[in-house]
Amino acid sequence: MHLTEDDLVLHYYGELDAAASARAGEHLRECADCHASFTTLQRVLATVESAALVDLGEGFERTVWARLQPSLERPHKGWFSWFVLSPARLAWVGAIVFLVAGAFFAGRFSQSSTGPVIAGNDHAVTNGDTPGNSPSTNFREQVLLSDLGSHLDRSQMMLIELVSADPTDLVGFASERTRAGELAGDNRLYRQAALANGNTSLAAVLDDLEQVLMDVAATPDKVSAEDLNDVRRRIESKGLLLKVRVMSTDVQRRQKAQIRSRAGQSS
Amino acid sequence: MPQTDAATVALARDGDSEAFRALVERHSRAVYRLAHRMTGSAQDAEDVVQETFLKAYRQLSRFESRANFSTWLHRIAVNCSIDLIRSRPRREAGHDGADLDQLGGDERVQTTQASPERLMLSTEVQDRVMDAMSSLSVMERAAFALRHFEGQSIEEISQALGLKANATKHSIFRAVKKMRVALEPLVSAD
Repeated sequence: MHLTEDDLVLHYYGELDAAASARAGEHLRECADCHASFTTLQRVLATVESAALVDLGEGFERTVWARLQPSLERPHKGWFSWFVLSPARLAWVGAIVFLVAGAFFAGRFSQSSTGPVIAGNDHAVTNGDTPGNSPSTNFREQVLLSDLGSHLDRSQMMLIELVSADPTDLVGFASERTRAGELAGDNRLYRQAALANGNTSLAAVLDDLEQVLMDVAATPDKVSAEDLNDVRRRIESKGLLLKVRVMSTDVQRRQKAQIRSRAGQSS
Repeated sequence: MPQTDAATVALARDGDSEAFRALVERHSRAVYRLAHRMTGSAQDAEDVVQETFLKAYRQLSRFESRANFSTWLHRIAVNCSIDLIRSRPRREAGHDGADLDQLGGDERVQTTQASPERLMLSTEVQDRVMDAMSSLSVMERAAFALRHFEGQSIEEISQALGLKANATKHSIFRAVKKMRVALEPLVSAD
């Protein structure tokens, strides 16, 4: 009695018990028909094994990371506790919170509050206000944070697009260049404000961001894959995407705190 | 960055994002291939890759350092693929997903159109294999991928897919039969 097709499959995958497997092996040695059928099955499945591989592009890993990274920074129950309890993370976040907060509140709440701050959506530079926690001061701080948060979000989006861009399809790069130029102009004002408040660390991060934005804004009409790779290398070597993401998250958190504070005062 | 996964995982656990990035770079291709084989869709495979690494990141503290990171990661990818496959009948055909083994040809994965990946598979053999794989139902494809590419036993596959052992076996039998019908003329010509 011949082996069925199903028996051959189970034998191939080693799913028969020891006795059945021995019987199948013995039969295959004696039966030319079953042996031929089993040989064909082996060939078919070996062909599947060798051919069913998907050829992925060179930058596949980079694209995966660019898509993944923003999600990793999002606060999440479970993961968040790991985040908070990790000393390295805690120090890093603390430093960023300090930097962001310091840039806007140090000059404002100290007695020597005379440094420039950035006010309103048009980024006009004015002198510091009267120290205190008046409604008008709170409102201005809220506007400042909103403005900075929006800038960071847009910059972050741009960085993600650059990191995940397909080097073989750079047709739409002209619009990226224009956008980078606009962001670089905004960024310069934020960096100058940070410097004027003596916050050199925040200014350094914004400086790194600005250099990348300027590089993109200065790319030629026909950008090459090599140009794009240079920009990517710069973004990655400085860990810029992560830094901008963390800053953006903290600004959002501070905005919420401001809104809660205002709501508390008015009630 | 350390060469071994164990050392890199230890760094990632301490909050070193570059270490986690290194793990993503080492394993994302393999995870994608597994997901693609299981789901039969490039888009779904990309989603599975994202979900897999996100879950791995969040569960990193639960990973036992003595275990093999790649095996652990693949298990997560298999689960993510299965979740996606299970949601598919509801998504695509209003099926309640209770009897997934009954899925027929109408709900086969539609990948016969030329995708960028398929265009890269230049030889006739590769095209034929892809066509044959795309002729499998979602359950046949998942069971076959786990058995053939991942080397899981029928018992393990049954547990993973929530099927009885017999149903799993028959999914694999049907899958192999279809592969054989599609590819036998090719290998016989050798």
